Amino acid sequence: MTTFRGANCGLGAKPVCSVFTDTGSNATEGSGGVEMRYEAPETMKAAVALLASDEHGRVLAGGTDLLVQLRADTIEPSLVVDIKKIDEMCAITRENGGFRIGAAVTGAELGEHEAFKSVWPGVVEALELIGSTQIQGRATMGGNLCNASPAADSVPAMIAAGAIATIEGPDGRRDVPVGEVATGPGRTSLRAGELVASFLFPEQAPRTGDAYLRFIPRTEMDIAVVGAGVCLTLDDSDVCVAAKVSLGAVAARALAPEAAAKALIGTPVDDAALAELSRAASAAAQPIDDKRGTREFRIQVTGVMARRAAETALARAKGA
Amino acid sequence: MTRYHVSATVNGDEIDFLCEPEQTLLDVLRDELHLTGTKEGCASGDCGACSVMLDGRLVCSCLVTGAEVGDCAIETIEGMADGERLHPLQQKFLDHAALQCGYCTPGLLVAAKALLERNPDPTETETRYWLAGNLCRCTGYDKIVRAVLDTAAEMRGE
Ligand SMILES: Cc1cc2nc3c(=O)[nH]c(=O)nc-3n(C[C@H](O)[C@H](O)[C@H](O)COP(=O)(O)OP(=O)(O)OC[C@H]3O[C@@H](n4cnc5c(N)ncnc54)[C@H](O)[C@@H]3O)c2cc1C
Ligand code: FES
Ligand code: FES
Repeated sequence: MTTFRGANCGLGAKPVCSVFTDTGSNATEGSGGVEMRYEAPETMKAAVALLASDEHGRVLAGGTDLLVQLRADTIEPSLVVDIKKIDEMCAITRENGGFRIGAAVTGAELGEHEAFKSVWPGVVEALELIGSTQIQGRATMGGNLCNASPAADSVPAMIAAGAIATIEGPDGRRDVPVGEVATGPGRTSLRAGELVASFLFPEQAPRTGDAYLRFIPRTEMDIAVVGAGVCLTLDDSDVCVAAKVSLGAVAARALAPEAAAKALIGTPVDDAALAELSRAASAAAQPIDDKRGTREFRIQVTGVMARRAAETALARAKGA
Repeated sequence: MTRYHVSATVNGDEIDFLCEPEQTLLDVLRDELHLTGTKEGCASGDCGACSVMLDGRLVCSCLVTGAEVGDCAIETIEGMADGERLHPLQQKFLDHAALQCGYCTPGLLVAAKALLERNPDPTETETRYWLAGNLCRCTGYDKIVRAVLDTAAEMRGE
């Protein structure tokens, strides 16, 4: 197959994407030199049929991971199925008091949706951390999840929010918690012919706040060394009655340690509870050592990020 | 090799082209349409030299396939000046010496224009964040940011 053209003049010689290949699939996977076909079906059914017809088919959403991988020859699909012409994939709708977000909705679009942003500021801030303005114009939550990088920013925020992925496939629809989709670097639990159609963010309890924070060595355009998403709910006397904590970039997939959530539940989210949250988050982290952070550093920073995310979530819950 | 027939508008002109499924919009602009103002710095979404507008959104044309842009409206640096008359941003980039080698300049101009269309009065911080995906090896960015803020002020009539 023809490869992408053009010389690399080194302008962009930054570690951003190497991290994804480090943690993503290493071997070239696919059809071995077969020509790549492009299809842009207009219905979910047609997309599923196309994907089911070719085991080396790939979904194309924003392409901000896929095109980088095509160019690096880490994947060689014989078919790419562009899902952006399917209305349902691009829609933001209300459902039973919650929101349903199409898998192909871009970061820019979700960030401009004031109603969603006011209910789930943590999810939006996580999604908006992905890349630059240019990347935001294309990148989707579906792609972020299905690319299955352990450092994917929107994933811990979605897990903390309790989001459900609606999956379409040859056997129909099924709903699974977002945390069950990615199974390891570059791997998902999606079966042959399946794709993520949308995400359901269920109706939020009153006095709930969410937040996502990541640690990166720069202030923009870098991949999380540690990421932490927290969502918590308070009762009328400011006691935390529900909480979810999710950690990114510190294991093969985003974690949702029960002990970290338990550290908050039943407390007024005071210093003692936050210290316990920090400890539990650090204890749950199983990070790698690499040039962007040692294991010890990442473990310590996990506790700090979890605590700070919880403080922001708490302030938002009180304001909500 | 399958070639895809694509119709789109580029800088307001209706155009048709043939492209291979692996060709990016950047490849199409440069190699098929000979619009070489849009530059390739990294081809991986990191540098912003390839920035164009796609249906009103700022994107990296190196991360869009040519086959995807059917019926889309694309705007490139070639559409920025009005004949011989430079866009205010282009003039201010010259006035402020906001370029040296000029390789990043088309991408920065397209990105800065998108910013000012959304936000006619950006702060310096907003400007720097908006342009964080446009790398420049030469200028150190400061003159670029001054040029953008000065253009914004001029366009607001200050
Ligand atoms: C310069 C740059 C900076 C970046 N910075 C960050 C960052 O800070 N944080 C971060 O998390 N990521 C970052 N990324 C990675 C990337 O932008 C995100 O992962 C993005 O969300 C991917 O979405 P997409 O729509 O572009 O996915 P695509 O590239 O279209 O798809 C990604 C993968 O998911 C599959 N897929 C996509 N949609 C579906 C679906 N609905 N169902 C099943 N499979 C699907 C595709 O087949 C492909 O394997 C960066 C990328 C670049 C180029
Ligand atoms: S060439 Fe597209 S971002 Fe660098
Ligand atoms: S002027 Fe040379 S890269 Fe910006």
